[in-house]
Amino acid sequence: MQTAMNHWIIAPLVLPALVAPLLILTSRHNLAAQRVVSIAATLALLAVAIGLYGLAQDGTVRPYLVGAWPAPYGIVLILDRLSATMVLLFAVLALAIVLYATAGWDTRGRHFHPLFQFQLLGVNGAFLTGDVFNLFVFFEVMLIASYGLMLHGGGAQRLKAGFQYVTINLIGSTLFLFAVGTIYAVTGTLNMADLARKVAAVGAGDTALLGVGAVLLFMVFALKASVAPLHGWLPTAYAAAPGLSAALFMIMTKVGAYTILRVYTLIFGADAGAVAGIVTPWMLPAALATLVVGALGMLAARSLLSLACFAVVWSMGSLLVAFGLFDAGGIGAGLYYVLHSTMAGATLFLLVDILVPQRGGAEDRLVPAAVGHPVLLSGLFFAAAIAMAGLPPLSGFLGKLMIMEASRGSAAVTWIWAMLLATSLVAILAFARAGSVLFWKPATPHGAPAASTPPLKPLPVMVFAGLLGATVALTAFAGPVRREMGLTAAQILDTGAYVRAVLGPAPLASAGKP
Amino acid sequence: MEVLVASAIGLLTAVGVYLVLRRQTFPVVIGTVFLSYGVNLFLFATGRLAVNQPPIYSAGAAGYADPLPQALVLTAIVISFGMTALVVVLALRSFLETGSDSVEDSPGAADEATAAQVTTDQARP
Repeated sequence: MQTAMNHWIIAPLVLPALVAPLLILTSRHNLAAQRVVSIAATLALLAVAIGLYGLAQDGTVRPYLVGAWPAPYGIVLILDRLSATMVLLFAVLALAIVLYATAGWDTRGRHFHPLFQFQLLGVNGAFLTGDVFNLFVFFEVMLIASYGLMLHGGGAQRLKAGFQYVTINLIGSTLFLFAVGTIYAVTGTLNMADLARKVAAVGAGDTALLGVGAVLLFMVFALKASVAPLHGWLPTAYAAAPGLSAALFMIMTKVGAYTILRVYTLIFGADAGAVAGIVTPWMLPAALATLVVGALGMLAARSLLSLACFAVVWSMGSLLVAFGLFDAGGIGAGLYYVLHSTMAGATLFLLVDILVPQRGGAEDRLVPAAVGHPVLLSGLFFAAAIAMAGLPPLSGFLGKLMIMEASRGSAAVTWIWAMLLATSLVAILAFARAGSVLFWKPATPHGAPAASTPPLKPLPVMVFAGLLGATVALTAFAGPVRREMGLTAAQILDTGAYVRAVLGPAPLASAGKP
Repeated sequence: MEVLVASAIGLLTAVGVYLVLRRQTFPVVIGTVFLSYGVNLFLFATGRLAVNQPPIYSAGAAGYADPLPQALVLTAIVISFGMTALVVVLALRSFLETGSDSVEDSPGAADEATAAQVTTDQARP
């Protein structure tokens, strides 16, 4: 197993980890060089991600033992269909964002590109790691970089929102450590595969403690995934963040969803003995509540950014409804929705960023105002709104259809269908209202063009079109993509294969440590 | 000893939670520091409390202390130290730019403030 180790698996971590300090050390004052290196590195990352995705296609779980230390003792990275898919998704999004940044955002503050590369490192690490404590470390790397990106450009309101964002994440990290400590105290290991083997054999006296650890950990991931009632930080933070950072952060809520999926199928899944499916009763109600909160927030939004933020919360609700089914159909549909909602969310935030300078003093508030380039921009808004709200013909509609189809066998099918359909209607209303206020209602000086709208730069619009094109591609190739995601879901649920791949085929009576 | 360590963790965490819920930024920063002290002590205790036992190897040792939690605590200390430094700077900058050290912004002022923020962004090249 060690001899056949594929060193490309660690490349998504090594590449940004080398590029980021290189940028700071060699070209901190040379923005042009930073741009070239950063874009080249992101392109290389995309190539690696495509290669890894191809590698994972054979359906085997590939562990990468760092330093060739055997599995439960050393650091393990895992390449399987799920991690390969997430890394590829992120690489595509990252390329769009780094291109968008060169249109001007990276001149508004220092060190955009190094922070961006560190963000790549953290997120890729979180997707690839096979160890719970390592997950904590990569979460921190990801968050530290995101603090920098969120505060990029400075400004009073951003600093204030940034303080709240950092504080809530510090508290989340503390909870994470409490959870990890509790789980370690009971099982004596933090390797995910080893945990999967050991939680089933935990003695009756310790199951309560283990359950506490599992639920604490769930709270941390739910905080990251902005599940109601832990969603409150997201609208404040993302509305104050620069538009392109918010678009990049679309992946961070997905990291939360990914870790929920990974940990609560592999470690606390069906084979976990006394703690099997410990979060299942909580997940669906929380996801449905997230749907409602998101939809109401969209309806109540007084600014376009706030609308976009609550749309993200709402889409996280749909996604977690699918994951909350914890079966192959639900997970497959949920994964398709992950791809869709990452692209659609990023599209929406980029649109706001393109639109706001064209509205003069009205900024992103939902009030009638003259807007430059109304025909093109209203068309773009229409497309982004359709993608996000889940209207046909774009992928949001198909994603939602798949989730509803998957939930037909569930006991809560009435609730799921009612909530999904009702909140979708509310979302459509919110977007329709926003669109008509933005583009149809006459501005106060009737019909007068906005006094001095800056010219529309071609690059941001092209990046926007590229991301929208990804959504269209997801729609056009929905069948093959859904089949891929179905295979991924089947592999996720085959936890035995994962554990054997990491720890070898020796299911000896696991002697618990303490 | 268990009672002592457990009470210390509980006390540190309680102080941390209380301070984090305050309105001003400075108590919140101190609160996160207390929380991280509490969790570090907790992590230390997850390897079971052992007195005077070697962590790695020693000939003729009666038993061993668990070395892993010590490594975890070290990592956690480094991270929380860096985070505290960041959050202190952030609180200070936020105070200097807005003239208030309140964590919360008054409801209703948020929209105007966001607009001002967007203006700031546009003003930059």
